[in-house]
Amino acid sequence: MQKIPIRLIVNGLPHTIHVEPRRTLLDALRKDLGFTGTKKGCDEGTCGACTVLLNGKPIYACMALALECEGIPVETIEGMQKDDKLHPIQEAFIQEDALQCGFCTPGQIMAAKALLDQNPRPSPEEVRKALVGNLCRCGTYPKILKAVLSAAGQSLTLPLVVGSYRLSPKGRGRGEGD
Amino acid sequence: MLKVIKTKTEFEGRWFEEHVVVEGEGLSSWPPGADLKWVGKRETRIDGRERVTGRAAFTHDIQLPGMVYGKILRSPHPHAKIGKIETGRAENLAGVLAVLTYKNIPRIPFRVGQNFVLNELVRFVGDEVACILAEDEEVCEDAIDAIKVEYEPLPFVIDPVEALEPGAPRVWPEGNLFNGRPEVYERGEVQKGFAESDILVEQVFKTQTGLHNSMETHGSVAVWEGDRLVLWDSTQHVFGVRREIASLLRLPLNKVQVIKKYMGGGFGSKNSLGKYTLLAALGARRIGRPVKIMLDRHEENLAAGNRPTSIQHLKIGAKRDGALTSIDLRAISGAGAYAVYPAAVGGPVRQLYACPNVKTEQYSVFTHTGPMSPFRGPGYVEGTFALESLMDELANRLEMDPLEIRLRNDAKQDPITGQLYSSKGLKEAYERGASEIQWHGRRSSNEATGSKRYGKGMASQIWGGSGGPPAYAFVKLNSDGTATVLTGTQDVGTGTKTVLAQIAAEELSLSIERISVEIGDTQVGPYSPISAGSMTLASVGPAVRIAAYEAREQLLDVAAQVLEIPRETLTVEDGILKSPAIKEQVSVKDVLSEVKNFMIIGRGARSPNPEGVSIHTFGAQFAEVEVDAETGEVKVVKMVAVHDSGRVINPMTVSSQIEGGVLQGLGFGLTERRIIDHRMGVVLNADLENYDVPTALDAPEIITGMIDRPDLHVNNLGVKGAGEPPIIPTAAAVANAVADAIGVRIRELPMTRDKVLKALSQREVVETE
Repeated sequence: MQKIPIRLIVNGLPHTIHVEPRRTLLDALRKDLGFTGTKKGCDEGTCGACTVLLNGKPIYACMALALECEGIPVETIEGMQKDDKLHPIQEAFIQEDALQCGFCTPGQIMAAKALLDQNPRPSPEEVRKALVGNLCRCGTYPKILKAVLSAAGQSLTLPLVVGSYRLSPKGRGRGEGD
Repeated sequence: MLKVIKTKTEFEGRWFEEHVVVEGEGLSSWPPGADLKWVGKRETRIDGRERVTGRAAFTHDIQLPGMVYGKILRSPHPHAKIGKIETGRAENLAGVLAVLTYKNIPRIPFRVGQNFVLNELVRFVGDEVACILAEDEEVCEDAIDAIKVEYEPLPFVIDPVEALEPGAPRVWPEGNLFNGRPEVYERGEVQKGFAESDILVEQVFKTQTGLHNSMETHGSVAVWEGDRLVLWDSTQHVFGVRREIASLLRLPLNKVQVIKKYMGGGFGSKNSLGKYTLLAALGARRIGRPVKIMLDRHEENLAAGNRPTSIQHLKIGAKRDGALTSIDLRAISGAGAYAVYPAAVGGPVRQLYACPNVKTEQYSVFTHTGPMSPFRGPGYVEGTFALESLMDELANRLEMDPLEIRLRNDAKQDPITGQLYSSKGLKEAYERGASEIQWHGRRSSNEATGSKRYGKGMASQIWGGSGGPPAYAFVKLNSDGTATVLTGTQDVGTGTKTVLAQIAAEELSLSIERISVEIGDTQVGPYSPISAGSMTLASVGPAVRIAAYEAREQLLDVAAQVLEIPRETLTVEDGILKSPAIKEQVSVKDVLSEVKNFMIIGRGARSPNPEGVSIHTFGAQFAEVEVDAETGEVKVVKMVAVHDSGRVINPMTVSSQIEGGVLQGLGFGLTERRIIDHRMGVVLNADLENYDVPTALDAPEIITGMIDRPDLHVNNLGVKGAGEPPIIPTAAAVANAVADAIGVRIRELPMTRDKVLKALSQREVVETE
């Protein structure tokens, strides 16, 4: 298939790549531009590991063609850190242990950023709903929730009881959002 | 002097005897209440920064100059003989470099000789047929479409019960039963035990096939540097992959390097060598360029392992006071088309309770479906669901509290060996869990508000987790006073690097910021075992402590001579050398700079486990549920999980393990199941849209508890494994809570709405009769 030039703006900087029109934004970021922080978990819009921000809105990079994103600002996990300083969401993820294997983490952080940029003081329910499209097979959801709230300045800190470690905000169960 | 000893080790409910070499100073565990600075503390992950910035390079992220891609063509038939494979059209596509088939690659035996890397016969939908190597993945996909394969379909069998029937289509010429016979365990006499009982309960329980769905799929990047093979492999055991690849490709061990720096989850599915690894290695050799093969999500769910289905016929006999007299389990479990060894479904029945007469009989059955593999707590998750469900039915019949009947049958010693436990915190787990969930004085069963029914349930957990030799570590002290821990283990997401750094920091009296940990590379660290069976920390941690101790001893030797003061007066604290013989403080850095670039290297080896005691982990989980009788929806309101894995090195990472185990257990109990069309042998939900893993909205309140008491018998840290225990009792606890809520029991997982509604309607039929 014929390769065509596509101009992408990633984390504020312009890049021109030459790819087939069927190139997804995800593959363009990872393979053509080396932004491997955005992960590929399913390549079909079901897991959220490839979440990036397109014009500030969270999208699955595997579900967009690079062509469709021509000239539109794309923000990836690599753009979160400014001058060697972690973004408060990144810092909160470390502090709250909101990651285990870490594979879904960049996507979770980007989805959280999209939420907090729009709604700086979300409720726990709003956080859970905003992150429902980002799967974590390690089951880190309770701590991800805590980290996002903490990054938003909402503390859910429970006392550490030695030998009886408690760490979980009040949550609600299956069936929400149906 | 090196010592060679014979020792017994446990792995996922099975025992192995092996020779191991041990060396180094024997250290005893820090006593309970010892004043520790780093161990037992809530430390954030030392590699957290890499993981939150996207800099952590998973196998999937490795991109090498000149690298090409491989993609596997898989069988659409559950059982077929391959006739012609026409690859010409594919080979002529621009960008296609090679097409590997069984006709043009070496016949390399695979899975203990059960088949070959590429084979003339395919035995499940998804079995490997050919491998395309091309400049890019899109080209690979075009090439897959361009290959024409003639299949001669053969009879097939999907259901393990049908596969055991005479005349069933055979997966293997010798028959469909793994090893040709059931695996049988017996103590006492079960029939006599049943005759002596006052009450009998007997039921059939079924569990579904579960899919791991690690976020990072399986895959490998292979590159040949001259005659040396370098593999970036998504594996839970770099040394295991090195051994297998070297043996299959007839390479010396020093010519194979296996690297796994960051792992995007494995849960047991990445325990052994994958065909993709061999195909990447063979392909890279053929075309002289690096090759990357990553499975896609569908391939992952077809061919990369599963928790096999089980059908468990379980019978329990007891006295009127609740004392168990006899348990009999006959279990049939699926194996898929290829299997290395079956999951120990009978483990909980054999080990959990003091019962004099026990028999377990397990039939592991080949079918024309994707191969099974271990999946977090293999066998024990399934076995605990059946045993703990039937224990509740027994309690119900005896009008006893479910917790009381468990306490009544609590094993004071290992029911199999008669040995005392090295430590057992199960009763405390029961007590703390019961208190957190407000078990005593809970609302009566079947309390209802409108269509809502409420219930509570609990279940117990037993598992191994002793760890053991062989496991080795080095600790290097650099001339600036920083230290590096080197060991060939892997961090599958549990936080291994962080806890190893905590152990080294404690023993070296160094702050954790001054310690780095290098793992996951066969050329860098010494041998470490597989990161599975909850054995990483309990195996590697003690070796790291000894290595750090040895390094500290060497440091004191050097410092005493540099400072010209008696060795016995010297101590080191927080990187500062102290002695009554010196006035001003001297740092480790000052001393080591004096000897220029001399590098202290401490070596540590894991000592064998003690003989004569039984080493296990224990726990209890309690569930509170709300069931909607109109929709059949089960909502878990709260989970309490209290586990005893000995000393806790890092309460934060352990609490993450517990929460994650509980969530995976909830998925298994309520939503997850592989669905196969039995007429076609095709998996209908090999994707994350239709296979329902828990989401952020499915996470209930989870209260995690740790007994956190060092097990002074087991190793120099007092630790046992914590990774697998938390998934084991979850589905059982929820099933018991659902039965408590709706007054009727669901004996088949997952407890989806249709099953709940069916159970409720059956109860109504019984009530109106």
